[in-house]
Amino acid sequence: MNLTLKIWRQKNANDKGKMVDYQISDVSPDMSFLEMLDVLNESLVAKDDEPVAFDHDCREGICGMCSLYINGEAHGPDRGITTCQLHMRKFKDGDTIYIEPFRAKAFPVIKDLIVDRSSFDRIQHAGGFISVNTSGNTIDANAIPINKHDADDAFSAATCIGCGACVATCKNSSAMLFVGAKVSQFALLPQGQVEATDRVLNMVKQMDEEGFGNCTNTGACEVECPKGISLENIARMNQEYLKASLKG
Amino acid sequence: MSGILNSSIGRKFAMALSALFLMFFLLQHFAINILSVFNPDTFNEVSHFMGTNPLVQYALQPVLILGVIFHFVMGFVLEIKNTKARNISYAKNNGAANSTWMSRNMIWSGLAILAFIGLHFYDFWFPEINTKFINGDMSGLINPEVADSGFRYYEELQHKFYSHVRTILYVIAFIFLALHLLHGFNSAFQSVGANNKYTKGLKGFGKAYAILVPLGFVFIAVYHHLKYVLS
Repeated sequence: MNLTLKIWRQKNANDKGKMVDYQISDVSPDMSFLEMLDVLNESLVAKDDEPVAFDHDCREGICGMCSLYINGEAHGPDRGITTCQLHMRKFKDGDTIYIEPFRAKAFPVIKDLIVDRSSFDRIQHAGGFISVNTSGNTIDANAIPINKHDADDAFSAATCIGCGACVATCKNSSAMLFVGAKVSQFALLPQGQVEATDRVLNMVKQMDEEGFGNCTNTGACEVECPKGISLENIARMNQEYLKASLKG
Repeated sequence: MSGILNSSIGRKFAMALSALFLMFFLLQHFAINILSVFNPDTFNEVSHFMGTNPLVQYALQPVLILGVIFHFVMGFVLEIKNTKARNISYAKNNGAANSTWMSRNMIWSGLAILAFIGLHFYDFWFPEINTKFINGDMSGLINPEVADSGFRYYEELQHKFYSHVRTILYVIAFIFLALHLLHGFNSAFQSVGANNKYTKGLKGFGKAYAILVPLGFVFIAVYHHLKYVLS
């Protein structure tokens, strides 16, 4: 396949940045999208040009590092995958592909396609954990009975890899699917009850301070989420927040 | 509890509560208006009751007006905040791939409805306030000097729909109302946390409400217009 790539290039956080066109030929449909970018970068290095900087790590859809906005969709035109799981067979010979970083005020661009998602880390630090005594008398989590439905929902919420596709996709740059998942995974389990009130209040406060937008329930985040995190998690977070606000 | 309205979720919750209140109002407005098609006398009596009952006029009406003002002001505030949350737009964004047009354009359907409320107030509310509270005529009669001249409400309603342009504007506004409700109904329930295995039926009910209620209002406007045109 021969393709035209329109890629966002930005030298550093202070650079204005712009879209730059590249031609790439002989792309195999069996390549992953990131392998195609690797090939492009090899050709750029061979010409003494600056390679395109992009985030990646496991390339197995687990780590949540890859973060590209491809042809107007987070992780590209497929469902339930991260960018590293996207293959070139999803495109046709002669296509023009737009490749942009995840856009949000709370995800500033560091370089080219790499964005700073440490705002997610700060939200997690604000309450996305449980405090467990590990001094030698830790209770085995499996010894606590939990009904199957709650255990399944908690597990589904916990599959969020924090990639930020929800924020990138949302027209409001809202982080509520991410925070909803992180609140839900503990709200559904007995281990999460002790710190439930502080958790949701602190995480939502941090989310707001980071400059994410307000959720307007378009549902785009759920569609584009590589792990299929459900909107039910946002509804649960809303309930938890209102309960916590009334208590606090 | 303090500062809840300063949080993103608190604002969502307040927006949803005002929406639920307005949707309930819309249903009772429709229930009264449809009487004008099937039973003009009852329509007149109910309109007179609503127009002169102190509880409706001095308690419910101000709450309704505040609800409308709160809903659209908060809508603007949220839109501005949300626009600021993305300082650089995408060169290519395919919103249609993952969300409905209605959900992405609530501000535009909302603005169309707001413009319609302006026309609706000009047509009915301002003349009503003028008659009752400025001219002091609380009789509700076509001719306040003649006791058996009959109530004026049905006649006034019919008169408004003589105009082609007004009827078309009302129909367009109700289409925007349907588009707004198609996202807004279920969005309001999601915002108050009602999205779980027990509330699946609400989604179908929401769609039915969003289509049938505006369609009913279209029917009323077109019925009165055609009744005049064909008479």
